[in-house]
Amino acid sequence: MNTTGSLWKRSVNGRTALLYLLPSIILFSVFVFYPMFRTIYLSFFLTDQAGNAAINVGFENYQYLLGSSEFQNSMKATILFVLYTVPIGIILALFFALLANEKLKGIGFFRTMYSSTMGVSVAASSVIWLFMFNPSIGMFNRLLQTVGLPQIQWLLDPEWALLSVSMSTIWMNVGFSFLILLGGLQNIDEHLYESSRIDGAGYFYRLRRITLPMLSPTLFFIITISLINAFQTFGQIDILTKGGPSQSTNLIVYSIYREAFVNYQFGTASAQAVILFVIILIVTILQFKLGERKVHYQ
Amino acid sequence: MKTSLPAKIWLYFLLIVTSLCVFFPVLYAFMISFMTGPEIIQGRFFPQTFNLENYTKVFDRLPLLNYLLNSFIVSISVMLGQLVVCSLAAYAFVFFKFKGRDFIFFLFISTMMIPWEATMIPNVFTIRKLDWFNTYQGLTLPFFALAFGTFLLRQHFLTIPKELHEASQIAGLSRFKFFWKVVLPISKTSLVTLGAYGFLTTWNMYLWPLLITTNQSVRTVQIGLKQLQSQEIATEWGVVMAGVIVVIIPTLLLLFIGQKQLQKGLSQGALK
Repeated sequence: MNTTGSLWKRSVNGRTALLYLLPSIILFSVFVFYPMFRTIYLSFFLTDQAGNAAINVGFENYQYLLGSSEFQNSMKATILFVLYTVPIGIILALFFALLANEKLKGIGFFRTMYSSTMGVSVAASSVIWLFMFNPSIGMFNRLLQTVGLPQIQWLLDPEWALLSVSMSTIWMNVGFSFLILLGGLQNIDEHLYESSRIDGAGYFYRLRRITLPMLSPTLFFIITISLINAFQTFGQIDILTKGGPSQSTNLIVYSIYREAFVNYQFGTASAQAVILFVIILIVTILQFKLGERKVHYQ
Repeated sequence: MKTSLPAKIWLYFLLIVTSLCVFFPVLYAFMISFMTGPEIIQGRFFPQTFNLENYTKVFDRLPLLNYLLNSFIVSISVMLGQLVVCSLAAYAFVFFKFKGRDFIFFLFISTMMIPWEATMIPNVFTIRKLDWFNTYQGLTLPFFALAFGTFLLRQHFLTIPKELHEASQIAGLSRFKFFWKVVLPISKTSLVTLGAYGFLTTWNMYLWPLLITTNQSVRTVQIGLKQLQSQEIATEWGVVMAGVIVVIIPTLLLLFIGQKQLQKGLSQGALK
């Protein structure tokens, strides 16, 4: 028997499978893997206006970034933004999901209301919040006025801008987190509660001993996704503040966008993109390491 | 055990107050969209009359109908593209045994750790080289392959009994026929979830259309909103809000109809 022939025959499974995988593999290669390597490559170069690598500068782009106050500012703003939005966002969504998981009449209506922000795009939400933050006719300053508090320049005051953007972002993301957490709550086996009720356990005891441990895989998932999403924030910055005032809201993706497509500095922009990639990689790995220990799988 | 009456009242109170807070910005935008300039400055919550003047104005100022159509074309293309590409890949992972499967699976997982924004610079150059600026394929094709979608479908495919696969082979059904006639129909719910998710996220996409649409030909509604807001900022908030409402209606409707399905499907995908 011909050995190449039999090898060809034996690999028929592999070849057919490859056919099914081919569209994904091609698309991932062209739009994910190639550009990732290209970004790393470009980060070591000065580029021309068209984005071609011109002069190899080694690690100078990175050295420049780490020394530049603008980039340090951007990193600081990004980390603060993540700290402002992720924990509060998840706690709120969890609270809503716990409420909406009660078996009451008309609960479907409330579930729809809580998840509604998922149907509102970042651009649309940003425009709505831009109006609410308007210093003269916006809702927030009117509320402050009625209770006799001083007015706040929400998006124009460097002290407040990042907080304001964070507030609006928490709102934008709460619908998705809610939906995922509610799904997780509904997957918890009813019998667990029935046995605990016989023992006369209170609501908060059940929450701490049954609900949260059983929900931990879902919580773990939504924390990871929220962290990654927060690092990728762009639309609300572009519409609400354009990175200002005095760069207080210049989050990393906005900074990459400006460096690349406004200043045409593709080398330093790529270096920032690589840093973003490394941060997300670390977050994901840390999450999985911690998750493995803490998470309770059913 | 039934919830006691005081607990019930307390729950309803919390539900009503918090859900109103969550829904308030949308409701507010809806009210503003019917108001005239002076009404907005007075700071009312309810408009005096529900006239549609702002809506006719917004369609005059922007080629909004055109943008809406573009958004529909782009979202539906991505949705269909993802369904085809992801279901094919998921099928290969579940129903084929071959060398290197684990490695390819690992490659798929690794794409989830590469933030899309970290690769956008070379992607824009790629689109330029292909001369795909201001084209539908430039807006849609990069998003057809989706690791999350592949996992979601793989999850569902794994629940299909192996006996069914064996029986189909004995009956002489080809691989593709089994995929098309058996696997896909069984997995309808997961396909619907992924489809709704794909439509929603594409409709709401902002950065990519901003980068690769330079004129109105294929521009989507989200970029239209940015345009509207920067044109109208000082004066006519009513018109801007009318634009916002028009843009969010399709996705809100989709969410209202598919909320239950989406929540079940997505949380299953989340838990490997």
